[in-house]
Amino acid sequence: MTEPIIEITGLCKAFGPLEVLKGIDLTVKRGEVVCIIGPSGSGKSTMLRCVNLLEEPTAGKVVVDGVELTDEDCDIDKARARVGMVFQGFNLFAHLSVLDNLTVAQRKVLGRPKGDAEMVARENLAKVGLSEKAGSMPGQLSGGQQQRVAIARALSMNPEVMLFDEPTSALDPELVGDVLGVMRQLADDGMTMLVVTHEMQFAREVADRVLFMDGGYVVEEGKAEQVIGAPREERTRSFLARVLDPVHNAGA
Amino acid sequence: MAGKAGLSKRQRAKIFRISQYVLLAAIVVVIAMSANWGQIKRAFFDLEVAADQFPNVIVIALKNTLVYTVLGFAFGLTLGLILALMRLSSVAPYRWLSTIYIEFFRGLPALLVFIAIGTGIPLAFPGTFLSRDVAIMLALGLVGAAYMAETIRAGIQAVPKGQVEAARSLGMSQGRAMITIVIPQAFRIILPPLTNELILLTKDSSLAYLLGSTLAEQELAQFGRQALTQFKSLTPVLVVGLCYLIITIPLSLLSRRLEKKYGSGGTTTRGADA
Repeated sequence: MTEPIIEITGLCKAFGPLEVLKGIDLTVKRGEVVCIIGPSGSGKSTMLRCVNLLEEPTAGKVVVDGVELTDEDCDIDKARARVGMVFQGFNLFAHLSVLDNLTVAQRKVLGRPKGDAEMVARENLAKVGLSEKAGSMPGQLSGGQQQRVAIARALSMNPEVMLFDEPTSALDPELVGDVLGVMRQLADDGMTMLVVTHEMQFAREVADRVLFMDGGYVVEEGKAEQVIGAPREERTRSFLARVLDPVHNAGA
Repeated sequence: MAGKAGLSKRQRAKIFRISQYVLLAAIVVVIAMSANWGQIKRAFFDLEVAADQFPNVIVIALKNTLVYTVLGFAFGLTLGLILALMRLSSVAPYRWLSTIYIEFFRGLPALLVFIAIGTGIPLAFPGTFLSRDVAIMLALGLVGAAYMAETIRAGIQAVPKGQVEAARSLGMSQGRAMITIVIPQAFRIILPPLTNELILLTKDSSLAYLLGSTLAEQELAQFGRQALTQFKSLTPVLVVGLCYLIITIPLSLLSRRLEKKYGSGGTTTRGADA
């Protein structure tokens, strides 16, 4: 549990003149669950997307499980296959059934035979509680079900790390619980997880560590109960006040 | 609710609607009475002449129209897909070439292209023998590709960016994501406009007459023209026209159905922030 699996050093990302990340250092140990919180535009999604190089960093180093992704000789497709990602907008393949969504990358990227891929897929569908939806099309599922399928799809690649980019932000409130439940189970099973989220309760209960980002920097970092329960930084305090009690802290 | 004239709004609307029917009926009656039906029947609906067109209008002309259209469409679709991918390429010269091609061929009458292929290629490359079928396929396909390229490009761009990101995050290469994820979805989106393109090509295949033809090579329009001079009646043209409609109307209906089925985009991806 002490071996680092993600090592980010001096990570910078600029879109043209806009500097979104201004030097991020982060080490995540195997099996750790790290939640990243912060106001919108703070760079937390961009940071997450740099971990599997969906965004190419302007400067800095990203190492995942001993492979330096930012190295020019790195086989990025191979490296990405070991990092699962779950998106805010689900992004299920609209033209494929749920089962095919789970098997297509296993077969085309990992070269697994069809039978094996389907077995893995069904195992993971069972894990997210959607075994009976294998034959459905994504459009027939609710948002919460789609996101659980998306998690199962990522898990079917047997990733070392799972990245979650605001996985519940696009969901109707009553569907959030199912998705968080699956994520909590995943954390209990020992998966290494990096989660960008606005769900403070989830972060508090599940995260080993919480990062508060603002303005392209990690402002505060520590145990969940410390960062959320007793933040040291003023910026963290005012952000949490707005998130946890928006009615009374508007414009604070 | 009665208005000033003693008629309610609803009654006035009803009278207005009825008067439109009456007007239409009056126009039809006037036309029907002023026409010389015997003359028209001889010119357009001579059953004997119509019967004489069979079976050749089907086994030769309709068959050739279908063959030319399918050849041209297949070539045009392939070239169109390549042009669309070039148009979206990150390599600028590919984009320029594709844009020039598309603007060039969309701006020319198909007739000119047929002439250019028919006489230009033998002139430019003496000794090359271009079979008539190949020439027609080239001419129809070169023009069709320009239109289809734009349709396909729009279809590819209509597939949400999140689909590619999801594919890449699962370890697929750019090309693999394109082939497995984007293009199949793009084709579902563009099936209706592509069907319309097939209708246009069916009609453009009539330009094959510019390349000259033996009887066995005649497509519908040429067949109709030929028969017209032979029978001194427009009936063959009517028969040929019906043959075109037999192809195009079902395609048109198909296109509308596909539009209903996939028109809404058929994607499940919700808007996500960048």
